[in-house]
Amino acid sequence: MSWIIARRRRPAAGYAALLLGLVVVAALYAAITGSGGASASQNQAGQGTAEGRALFVQNCSSCHGLDAQGTSQAPSLIGAGAAAVDFQMSTGRMPAKEPGAENPRKPVTFSQAEIYAIAQFIASLGGGPGIPSADMVSPNGADTALGSQLFSANCAQCHGFAGAGGALTYGKFAPPLTQATAAQIYEAMLTGPEAMPVFGDGVLSPQAKRDIIAYITQTRTETNPGGLSLGRTGPVTEGLVIWLGGLGFLVLIAMWLTAKRRHSGNSEGTEQS
Amino acid sequence: MSDNPSSSEEEHEGPVAPRRVVGTPPPSPPLLSGSAEVVAEEPVEGRLPAVPEDVARADKAERLIAAIFVLAFLAGCGFVAAYVGLEVHSVNAVFRSNLALGLSLSVVLLALGAGSLLWVRHLMPDVETEEERHDLRSSAKERAAFQEYAVEGGRASQVGKRKLARRTLMLATAPLAVAPVVLLRDLGPLPGTSLRHTVWSPGRRLLVYGTNTPLSPAMFNEPGSMITIVPDGYTDNQDELAKAAVILIKFEPGQLDHFPERRNGSTLLGTVNWTVDNIVAYSKICTHVGCPVALYEQTTHHILCPCHQSTFDATKGAEVIFGPAARPLPQLPLTTDSEGYLVAKSDFQEPVGPSFWERG
Amino acid sequence: MSTTAPEVPDAVSGLGGWLDDRFHGARGFRTFLKKVFPDHWSFMLGEIALWSFVILLLTGTFLALFFVPSMSDVTYHGSYTKLNGIQMSQAYQSTLRISFDIRGGLLIRQIHHWAADLFMVAIMAHMIRVFFTGAYRKPREVNWLIGIVLFTLGMLEGLFGYSLPDDQLSGAGLRILEGVVQGIPIVGTYGAYFLFGGPFPGNSIVPRMYILHVLLIPGIILALITAHLFIMVHQKHTQMPGLGNTENNVRGQPFFPYFIAKGQAWFFFIFGALVVLATFAEINPVWLYGPYTPVAISSASQPDFYMGILEGSLRVFPAWEWNFLGHTVTFSVLIPALVPIGLVFTGAALWPFFEQWATGDKAWHNINDRPRNAPIRTATGIAAIVFYGVLWAEGANDVIADKLQVPLYTITWIARVMVFVGPAVSFWLTRRICLGLQRKDTMELAHGYESGIIRQLPNGAFIEVHQPLSDSARAVASARKEVPVLPSAGSVDVNGVRAPAGAGLLGRARSAANSAFTETVAPVETNGHGSGSGSNGHAAVGSGTEELPQGSDSH
Repeated sequence: MSWIIARRRRPAAGYAALLLGLVVVAALYAAITGSGGASASQNQAGQGTAEGRALFVQNCSSCHGLDAQGTSQAPSLIGAGAAAVDFQMSTGRMPAKEPGAENPRKPVTFSQAEIYAIAQFIASLGGGPGIPSADMVSPNGADTALGSQLFSANCAQCHGFAGAGGALTYGKFAPPLTQATAAQIYEAMLTGPEAMPVFGDGVLSPQAKRDIIAYITQTRTETNPGGLSLGRTGPVTEGLVIWLGGLGFLVLIAMWLTAKRRHSGNSEGTEQS
Repeated sequence: MSDNPSSSEEEHEGPVAPRRVVGTPPPSPPLLSGSAEVVAEEPVEGRLPAVPEDVARADKAERLIAAIFVLAFLAGCGFVAAYVGLEVHSVNAVFRSNLALGLSLSVVLLALGAGSLLWVRHLMPDVETEEERHDLRSSAKERAAFQEYAVEGGRASQVGKRKLARRTLMLATAPLAVAPVVLLRDLGPLPGTSLRHTVWSPGRRLLVYGTNTPLSPAMFNEPGSMITIVPDGYTDNQDELAKAAVILIKFEPGQLDHFPERRNGSTLLGTVNWTVDNIVAYSKICTHVGCPVALYEQTTHHILCPCHQSTFDATKGAEVIFGPAARPLPQLPLTTDSEGYLVAKSDFQEPVGPSFWERG
Repeated sequence: MSTTAPEVPDAVSGLGGWLDDRFHGARGFRTFLKKVFPDHWSFMLGEIALWSFVILLLTGTFLALFFVPSMSDVTYHGSYTKLNGIQMSQAYQSTLRISFDIRGGLLIRQIHHWAADLFMVAIMAHMIRVFFTGAYRKPREVNWLIGIVLFTLGMLEGLFGYSLPDDQLSGAGLRILEGVVQGIPIVGTYGAYFLFGGPFPGNSIVPRMYILHVLLIPGIILALITAHLFIMVHQKHTQMPGLGNTENNVRGQPFFPYFIAKGQAWFFFIFGALVVLATFAEINPVWLYGPYTPVAISSASQPDFYMGILEGSLRVFPAWEWNFLGHTVTFSVLIPALVPIGLVFTGAALWPFFEQWATGDKAWHNINDRPRNAPIRTATGIAAIVFYGVLWAEGANDVIADKLQVPLYTITWIARVMVFVGPAVSFWLTRRICLGLQRKDTMELAHGYESGIIRQLPNGAFIEVHQPLSDSARAVASARKEVPVLPSAGSVDVNGVRAPAGAGLLGRARSAANSAFTETVAPVETNGHGSGSGSNGHAAVGSGTEELPQGSDSH
């Protein structure tokens, strides 16, 4: 009799079977919904608008049109600016895998040089917001207090008080801000990707943007002094923890406290709860 | 409430009674063994036993309990040391201090708990005693005696007989009973008409919240822009901001072509004429229960309140398209001043925020 | 097992004598020390609430030494440097100071908040246990009502407590409170202005909540807990059905030393669990929320879980408002704020009396019911929990939408349907499950339980051996009282006298309720085949007889 068969009637056997089932289902789910990669890019080292144009034609024009004028599938990029291109492509959102509710961040398959090339090309078509320099996004000397106020009033309602993300309507969501680089945050504010509003330099100056970025980057790297953060989504996870963890643990202790004692000398000890 | 799960662990020759899982009753008598089931100890009529049955086992348990209590002691010393030795005053320092203090205190408490539990279970002799419940209901005689005396006392008090005294007593205490309520009148001012107005007035500038900078249409010229606005002169006044906060949105030409005109009787409540250069200003205070209605989705031009998901269409005068809010967001009439900055043309033409009885 | 009387040490006789000379306690105190407390793990849930409350008092006192209940503005320059230069209230600033500048301050703050959550969890779990075991029946109805009041006060106390720091999240909750109060017809605006001392947010709400939170409500809670415990001790605790447990006795272990020792262990475990949570699980990080401003809000803005039903009710309701004659009444605010929670609490408060009315059962009950033996009660309880739970979950709909990637409005639509369908379906399903379990008990009493041992009979057939229940299991399985059937409305007895339950709408309603309550599976009869379902092929070993199977189906 095999090892497993011999132990099939043990109480643990049921739990082991359940655990195995869960693992199998999880593996299948992960395999089915695995994050697809973007289409492979041609690894052409290039500089300048011409190279950008070539890359654009190869990878973007099928949706955005040969002259970036837009098609029914995708909007025109004339005037979109280098910042928009850098944001969309360096976060992997573009090329879009499928037209859906939202283009999520996914692995990037272009090199930064290629992205800059395409950005330059698009910028040459109709101008638009430019890619910020390192100084423009640096946290040095930024006013995080003002940043926190601006973030609270204009960003937290979608992205969460600590940038943990949040739900929008019709299946859209505002992503967490844990992975975006400082430049990407700047570009997102400047260009208003997808459902996100635009925060132009006239309304939030580059300095104000820098303050917001400093607030975001400091908050996301900040230690949680109280322990584990429970997701930084507020009382919902706290409630889950107290019911499952708190009550669950205490019920087990209560069962131990009130269990009838085994009596030695009797071969049949009973533990009744 | 629960069934009685039991684990019987016996090894016999021949077919073995399988280990039962939760939900099945305990076996009795067991199939092939002859031993009787454990019977609860008979109620002890005299004394509690002085020692547990298995003294050797109790001795072993005591050693374990002692070790646990010693651990608790050491952890307790660690707690004091952590308090004395670890500083706070920064996020990382607080993290370390919290961890050290918390961990040591947890060990102290859990060890005390575990030690106490083991003490009860292993050091104390196991007893099961029984106590009689006495009837809660008093005997008929006692009840009668009580009722008799209550009536006697009531009669002696003359409350029943002396109608004039009784009624004037009630009269005398009535204002005293009302006094606490009356005393609460000064809890707050009367609302008057204050809920009908905000501080927005003709010519008052729109400032960007936080930076407190004024805004011209040229500075707010990218379609899809949104920003939080506060009134000039009241940027630090929470009470006024709770009514006067405004959400400003910029649209592309043509997107406001179907902007409805809203009226309440003869009062104009919302119109595309109150926009400047496709810039619209709405009250940021949700008309449901007052949260800032802050999520703006550029692609759907919906304004979503995160509290209860009231959703407003910003191109249609903020009319409600989902959720519990019953009224559109009030619109702030906009114009520009001589320097080109956005200013209010007047106050909102209807009360902002949650509805109230006198609203109209 | 008798032992000789132990020697009485001088300390006991000396101190005891001194006290007795003044207070006359020897007999009463001895009775109290010998009091028997029955043992069941579910009886310890109420104590979680008790010890959590004690911990709340201790940690709350510590916090009160440092907290400043003032809404006056200050400019922050402190240890949490990210917010240096921001305007905030003194309440918020003192909370930051407790968290970052007082050693152990953050730990105590977190213990306090976790203990508040655990207090409410324990009340709910305890209430559910009392409900499903019928422990609220005579003579314990008053204690049940006290418990409901404690539940309500706990919710209020928690609401005020987490609103004291004046942070963005709790301030949004106060804004919602103000909006709801403002919407009350006729007196709403006055109520809102009186509550907040003027327009929202004003300067008064934090100091007012403070005195309610540290003095008034804890005082009432303490008094009610004392009454609750005193009543429980005076009436003696209920006990679970079991061998030797009758309506007239209590079996268990004496208060001194056993119950005290277990209580002590329990206190330390509860305190320890809370400290573990406070060490490793961050709760209410107000520094991340920022100070309150009515201009800003975050996604995922929920109150603490015990207010979740109110939040969900507000989210689930569609828009509905009436305007007439210059007045506005917003039903989409008033109904969610008052009706669902009102239903749950009023229903809970009235239930013992409704059950008495429907069953005509006026006897004392000191033995708990097994939930399966009271199908209507259990089904109603489950339906109420489903109703509460659907609204509670809807309160977290944006977090669910974000984490589980379900569209936001879809969740609300599901909740709008489930708030009606859920309780109805779960009522029906639970009742069927209870009746099925009763049937199982009947079968087990009659035929024994399935032992899993397969035996082959001489004629080749396979049967599963059934073993009779042990005495204790038998006592539990047969602990079922028949609910008496009341005379139906309009019926007459042999003398032509109308049934007192009588005619009329109320009488017919009572009959209907009574017939629902009295539908159960027939109990096992002494000959062992009460179900009358024909013989099935099984053998009861140990009874000395072996029946040959009649048919081919054997088990």
